Amino acid sequence: MSGQVFLPLLKRDLLLAFRRRSEVLQPLIFLLVVVSLFPIGVGPGPQILARIAVGVIWIAALLATVLSLDSLFRSDFEDGSLEQLVISGHPLALVALAKVLAHWLVAGLPLVLLSPLLAVWMNLGEGGLMVLVISLALGTPILSLLGAIGSALTVSLRGGGQLLSLLVFPLYVPILIMATSAVTSATDGLPYLGQLGLIAAGLVAALTLAPWAIAAALKLSLE
Amino acid sequence: MSRVKKAFHQFGSPPWLFRFAGILSPILWVACLGLTAWGLYWGVFLAPADYLQGESVRIMYIHVPAAWMSMMIYALMALFGFIALVWHIRATEILAMASAPIGAAFTLIALISGSLWGRPTWGTYWVWDARLTSELVLLFLYLGVMGLYNAFDEPRKGARAAALLAIVGVVNLPIIHFSVKWWNTLHQPASISVVGGSSSIDSSMLWPLLIMAVATKLYYGANLLTRTRVRLVEENRNKRWVRDWIEGKKG
Repeated sequence: MSGQVFLPLLKRDLLLAFRRRSEVLQPLIFLLVVVSLFPIGVGPGPQILARIAVGVIWIAALLATVLSLDSLFRSDFEDGSLEQLVISGHPLALVALAKVLAHWLVAGLPLVLLSPLLAVWMNLGEGGLMVLVISLALGTPILSLLGAIGSALTVSLRGGGQLLSLLVFPLYVPILIMATSAVTSATDGLPYLGQLGLIAAGLVAALTLAPWAIAAALKLSLE
Repeated sequence: MSRVKKAFHQFGSPPWLFRFAGILSPILWVACLGLTAWGLYWGVFLAPADYLQGESVRIMYIHVPAAWMSMMIYALMALFGFIALVWHIRATEILAMASAPIGAAFTLIALISGSLWGRPTWGTYWVWDARLTSELVLLFLYLGVMGLYNAFDEPRKGARAAALLAIVGVVNLPIIHFSVKWWNTLHQPASISVVGGSSSIDSSMLWPLLIMAVATKLYYGANLLTRTRVRLVEENRNKRWVRDWIEGKKG
């Protein structure tokens, strides 16, 4: 029974995202604009930019993710299909996982693919580029998983978007620390595998625990 | 029905909890005020000044108990929230949500007293040190729980959503704490070890500190029970037992 819900739901969400391309592109454009504001704000000096590059790219990624998270369950909640999914009898954690995966493929993966361009803009050192991409590839799914908990909790609220950022940003602190530390170590020629390993461990933990929390939050929101 | 089970169910009954809190909270208030006066007098006037930090060390008698409470209350809030989510007990929902503002206040006190203490000792009000940062994140977590609770029109739904967030926060809190610690450390390591008994603090300073620690715990209990009573009356204002109680007050 579990196979019956995961793939069809994933397919449906991806199709829906493809039909609403402009909405999907907005967080990415937001990311580009935010990152491009930094050289204008702090000055185009290559040294300063290289120093803050990782932090800027990662924080912009956090902001873009939270921006896209607000709509993760909203349309399904409004047209009632979320309710149908909950009462359908399929394991809700699996439903949640499918929706989060679709969200990551649409909002997280493009961000990973875009990051080399951002790294060039921000004058990130050569050694850091690969590590930045890996840290984003491992870290953005965690952002989607943790953020989906907040998104599920606030889905039935009207002005949920602003509250969502207050709920999820504190939870993002460890990922931000590990990711920026990994990339900084790499550009400084220090070992960075430890930090990447910790992010991977965080991903495994989030993958196992977050779907249950999302499922519980969805049930609460539909009460 | 076993004794424990009976006590558990009694605890969940609003009239019983209301009466219980009504008896216990005045005792806690008196004990808390007495101990606070005693602890502060001892800490501010009797305890010696530190040979390195001078008189500013006296901030410790506020700062350290507040910081302890900020973490303890978060754990208790998540525990109450867990019970509320699993067994659907309204009383624990109220206890969890009443804990949040008290915990946030202690966190704020710890942050403010800490920055006032940091000025004479470290030479700055604020540094992005590990403990300061995780205490700040803790404040944000409290604000998130309170914000989510208040965003719902239905208090029960809001309490349950906020309880779930508190539980997610409790899973994350150690991770946040260790990652921040590993990120940057300037704060001195903890001077008091309860388990090993090898505290690096002199007993002349330890005693007032422990008194203050107990006093803050009593304050939490007193404030929590008072808030719970208010909430219970507010919610059950149309019930018989509340009306009877109000009649009793009048007559």
